[in-house]
Amino acid sequence: MSSRFPAAVAEPALSARRRRRPLLGLAGSWSAPYLLLVPAAAVIAAVLAYPLYYMVRLSLQHYGLFQLVKHKGEWVGTQNFAQLFHDAEFWHVVARTLAFTAACVSLTMVFGTLIALLLAELGSKMRLLLTAGLIFVWATPVVVAVDIWRWMVDYEFGVLNWLLTFLHIGNYNHHDWFVNPWTGWGVITALVVWGAIPFVAIMVYAGLTQVPKELVEAASIDGAPAWQVFRDITMPLLKPIFVILISLSIIWDFQAFTQIWIMLDGHPGPDYYVMSVYAYQNAFGQSEYGLGSAIALVTVAILLVVSFVYIRQMVKIGEVE
Amino acid sequence: MRQSRMRRVGLNTLALFVFAVMIFPVYWMVATGFKRGQDIFSDPPVWFPFHPTLVNFTDAIHTAHFWSAVKNSVIIACAVVLLSLVLAFLAALALAKFGFYGRRAFIVLIIAVQMIPLNALIIPIFLVLSKANEVDKLSGVIITYLTFVLPFTIWTLRGFMLGVPKDLEEASMVDGTTRFGAFVRILLPLVGPGLVATSIFAFIQAWNEFIVAYVLLHSPEKQTLTLWLASFSTSRGTPWGTLMAGATLTALPVVIFFILVQRKIAFGLTAGAVRG
Repeated sequence: MSSRFPAAVAEPALSARRRRRPLLGLAGSWSAPYLLLVPAAAVIAAVLAYPLYYMVRLSLQHYGLFQLVKHKGEWVGTQNFAQLFHDAEFWHVVARTLAFTAACVSLTMVFGTLIALLLAELGSKMRLLLTAGLIFVWATPVVVAVDIWRWMVDYEFGVLNWLLTFLHIGNYNHHDWFVNPWTGWGVITALVVWGAIPFVAIMVYAGLTQVPKELVEAASIDGAPAWQVFRDITMPLLKPIFVILISLSIIWDFQAFTQIWIMLDGHPGPDYYVMSVYAYQNAFGQSEYGLGSAIALVTVAILLVVSFVYIRQMVKIGEVE
Repeated sequence: MRQSRMRRVGLNTLALFVFAVMIFPVYWMVATGFKRGQDIFSDPPVWFPFHPTLVNFTDAIHTAHFWSAVKNSVIIACAVVLLSLVLAFLAALALAKFGFYGRRAFIVLIIAVQMIPLNALIIPIFLVLSKANEVDKLSGVIITYLTFVLPFTIWTLRGFMLGVPKDLEEASMVDGTTRFGAFVRILLPLVGPGLVATSIFAFIQAWNEFIVAYVLLHSPEKQTLTLWLASFSTSRGTPWGTLMAGATLTALPVVIFFILVQRKIAFGLTAGAVRG
């Protein structure tokens, strides 16, 4: 595929001197850009577009172990969806996923923004230290992060249990955080938020440095309190960044799987089902690939709305030009 | 005056507190990795490895399938980097240096593709690959990662190419270089740093991925490092010292690479989002 490249863009420029065409401009044949795009587009079509189409088809099929062996599903129309929508557990899972996403995203945004504001106020040395810390957290692979947190909340020798007992917050000796789903979700939320804060903090800080100083100073001289300056001047200027960060965060947290899965030893109980886990359990646990695909399709549909907001924002700020 | 000094002290204290809270889990992993057994399982906790030992690290690398996992992760990550770089370079060239019908649509498509929840796609991907007899093979994982990584690599490379001034290219044309010559001598060195940053990004993505590898790779000798780490923790009675040493080893290349390119990649994502 790369052998096409010299032919397309690097044909000897016989008339370069005379016509002064921009390098790699429209100069080649009109088909050059298309030829360049073909390999990437083909891969994306094969491993993204086709499975996407296949998922829609699967969601309308009964596809169990028998069908897996035959590699052929059995058409059932909208039966999978009917089954899901009449299942109380499915709606619980949807509600739980929404609540989990809302908690993670709002906590991430609030703490991330606060840390960004703190970064902007710090001297250069302190700022470097804090940024370095954030980058270390950001760089930590998710699987590694989950293992660390599992160790910190270990019921026997976890440092968190020791600390809470030490601070007289309660007796947390041999406390298993995952027996009660509320505290279990608390731990998972903390893990996700901890991992996501650095990205948001550093992005918002980058945005803050681009807010014109004169504007903020003028408002402060007029006697506006700091939070009002933030709300009326900084926030509106940073709105594009916030829109992008919030939509990305929603998309990431809504489909969180690895954190929940590894945290619970690959055996999450029904209290820990979110849509990604539920789809996985149905497909690979129960071998109901059709039903699993239907759940996954609902996930895609919900996130489509968020994606739309994100893409529109990217188009608006001219990234697409 | 005094008030502003108080404020400075307060802010610095707050910053130190935030730093400590954020970095503690990472510190705890490394510290546990270097601790002796009795220091890991002690009450109260031992806050610093005063008697550092490498025992956990030697245990970790002698665990079954550790080295095959390293090998698989390296093979997968390098293959993904090479393939995605070639494909993304061509596509980015088209998007950055050509004006053509459908360009804008393709760019929107690239952004849209990044938004597809990939965890949701794992079921059809598994079935498609199992039909193609690509389950439990590294090649199946490589192809899948390639698509995960491509949109972003195209996107960032395009950004780097847009940064190359047209004048430079034209100047070299006036000097009578062939277009290919100008391309090799002018464009390539200028987008070099972009290529490095992009390939490191692709490497990190492939190195860290879990769910695709988890679904597609079954036999122990096909495991990647993240699978090795996860299977480690699911066995009964977790050997925390060994696990934390293994986790440190897994994170190390990523952290080093990440720190090298963090600025370039991070700002690529929202560059130009704030324009005053």
